[in-house]
Amino acid sequence: MSEAVLGDIALPPRRRAGWVQLRAVLWRDKKAFIGAILLTIFALLAAIGPLVSPYDPNAMTFDMLLPPSWIHPLGTDDLGRDLLSRIIVGTQVSLFVGVSTVAIALVAGVTLGMLAGYFGGWLDHIIMRYIDLQWAFPNFIIAVYLVAVFGTGLSNLIAAISLAFLDDFARVARGMVLSIKEEPYIAAAKTVGVSHFRIMWRHVLPNAAAPIIVQATVSVSYAILAEASLSFLGLGVDADTPTWGLILSDARSFISRAWWLGIFPGLAIMLTVLSINFIGDALRDFLDVRETKDAG
Amino acid sequence: MTRYLIRRGIGAVIVMWAVATLVFFIVRLVPGDPIAAMLFDTGDAAAVEQLRHKLGLDAPLYVQYVKWFWLMFQGDLGNSIYGSHIPVAQEIVEALPRTLSLASLGFLIALVIAVPAGLIAATRRNSLLDHAVTTAAFLGLSMPDFWTGILLIILFAATLHWLPAIGYVPLSGGFWPWLSHLILPAVAVGTTFSAIIARMIRSAMLEVLKTDYMRVARAKGLTKSTLILRHAFPNALIPVVTVMGIAFALLMAGAVVVENVFAIKGLGRMLIQGILNRDYPAVQGAVLVISAIFVFSNLLVDLLYTVIDPRIRYDK
Repeated sequence: MSEAVLGDIALPPRRRAGWVQLRAVLWRDKKAFIGAILLTIFALLAAIGPLVSPYDPNAMTFDMLLPPSWIHPLGTDDLGRDLLSRIIVGTQVSLFVGVSTVAIALVAGVTLGMLAGYFGGWLDHIIMRYIDLQWAFPNFIIAVYLVAVFGTGLSNLIAAISLAFLDDFARVARGMVLSIKEEPYIAAAKTVGVSHFRIMWRHVLPNAAAPIIVQATVSVSYAILAEASLSFLGLGVDADTPTWGLILSDARSFISRAWWLGIFPGLAIMLTVLSINFIGDALRDFLDVRETKDAG
Repeated sequence: MTRYLIRRGIGAVIVMWAVATLVFFIVRLVPGDPIAAMLFDTGDAAAVEQLRHKLGLDAPLYVQYVKWFWLMFQGDLGNSIYGSHIPVAQEIVEALPRTLSLASLGFLIALVIAVPAGLIAATRRNSLLDHAVTTAAFLGLSMPDFWTGILLIILFAATLHWLPAIGYVPLSGGFWPWLSHLILPAVAVGTTFSAIIARMIRSAMLEVLKTDYMRVARAKGLTKSTLILRHAFPNALIPVVTVMGIAFALLMAGAVVVENVFAIKGLGRMLIQGILNRDYPAVQGAVLVISAIFVFSNLLVDLLYTVIDPRIRYDK
């Protein structure tokens, strides 16, 4: 036991070395590199999209159903709106919903999972009964059920998707806590009288971070897909905000005459999700994490 | 085994009871009066009261709860409160075969593509074929299934005119009409599933091929096909079945969305239309049946482990 403790102390500071390694992985792994570039582009579009979009995304000022051309690189839709501008503006909702829902799900889920795993007993029992119930269903279905209850609109959508993704984080966190709890350094910290909160925050959480980070990457891509699907079904933000799913939903009746309406918004969704999946895969290899729920 | 079956069966019943109870209370406790929605917020107080009484919504909550369960066991899920007012149970009976046809065909198509693809990718590691499979799997994982559906409609229905774009014909209307309407949605539903399974088979096969018993088998001079199909593949299937449950759930979730692309009046369309029309009996019914499918398929996957991996015994 003393060897293990000494071994831990003898390790060099890990954080700096980790970043250097991560950069090396990004350089070596072609997929991760492409993913990082793509994602940066989409993130930029989300941040400054309204400034760089060529036209007002909601202005119905052009001829209807124009095919792609120099003036309208991606064509116009059935109401004479510029498709490129609508897709660029849609980036914002997609990424915002994807990242914010996973952030909320992560904080809430990890908290629940850590409480359940750390304290065990009846608290563990109550929390995990609920988590197991939710685990029996795919996140997307839970999100649909919740939108049925909450109603549509941006904040309801975020609430529904966050809740739907919470169980994945709770399970990952609980699993990690259960194994970390048995480590000698936790027993040592307890002996010196460190508070429960501090043990969880300073000793358990940093050691449980790797699988949680990987889960978060996977979840962001599924959350983006969930938002797009809900918007497509008419359960999304609202009819005036162009989102990728909504543009595709509006396009449905015209795709036989105007293929560009059916192709480009979906391409935007796919490229965003693909870039996150590429990065997620590299992260998983890098952090050497095996068990994550590969499903939405 | 029997004891395990009984325990899991009871577990599944408890989950369904919990879902049903949650559905019942959530629908009744959320803000937003379904009665007002039914009358499109225009009914006067007397009309609202009358309708509330007719639907039994003026009784105490626990009375409604017991009555609801009692009726549900008799197969009565109430009537749809939107459009034709047909019984929800009847709607479900019509929708269920459509969803199940779609999901099972999607499942079948996905396996037919994913199993050989995964095997080939693993046995010819780092070849051109392997890269093609890996890349295709990445794309499949990243495509929203409703968009896959739209792409298929653009290509095979609108451009090539090979297959119908939307709708559903029951099997009683002939095999080909049934199949031709289902192929495109089934491929759309199966794409993600297929990508997950192909990736799983590839990595599981790579693990197995590294093991000592495979080296022994090779040393015995077995042919390559015996080696792969008799020795490696069955062992590679175990982790694959582990994700099968999750992947099948994804497939069902995909069906909910894809039905709406192809205008197939299955459970997914019933659920979404119900939500959009604030038709709460229909939503309730659809949620219950869809949930039951998930609970049942989870159970099935657990049992499948024992068949595929004889080492797993649930009884001590």
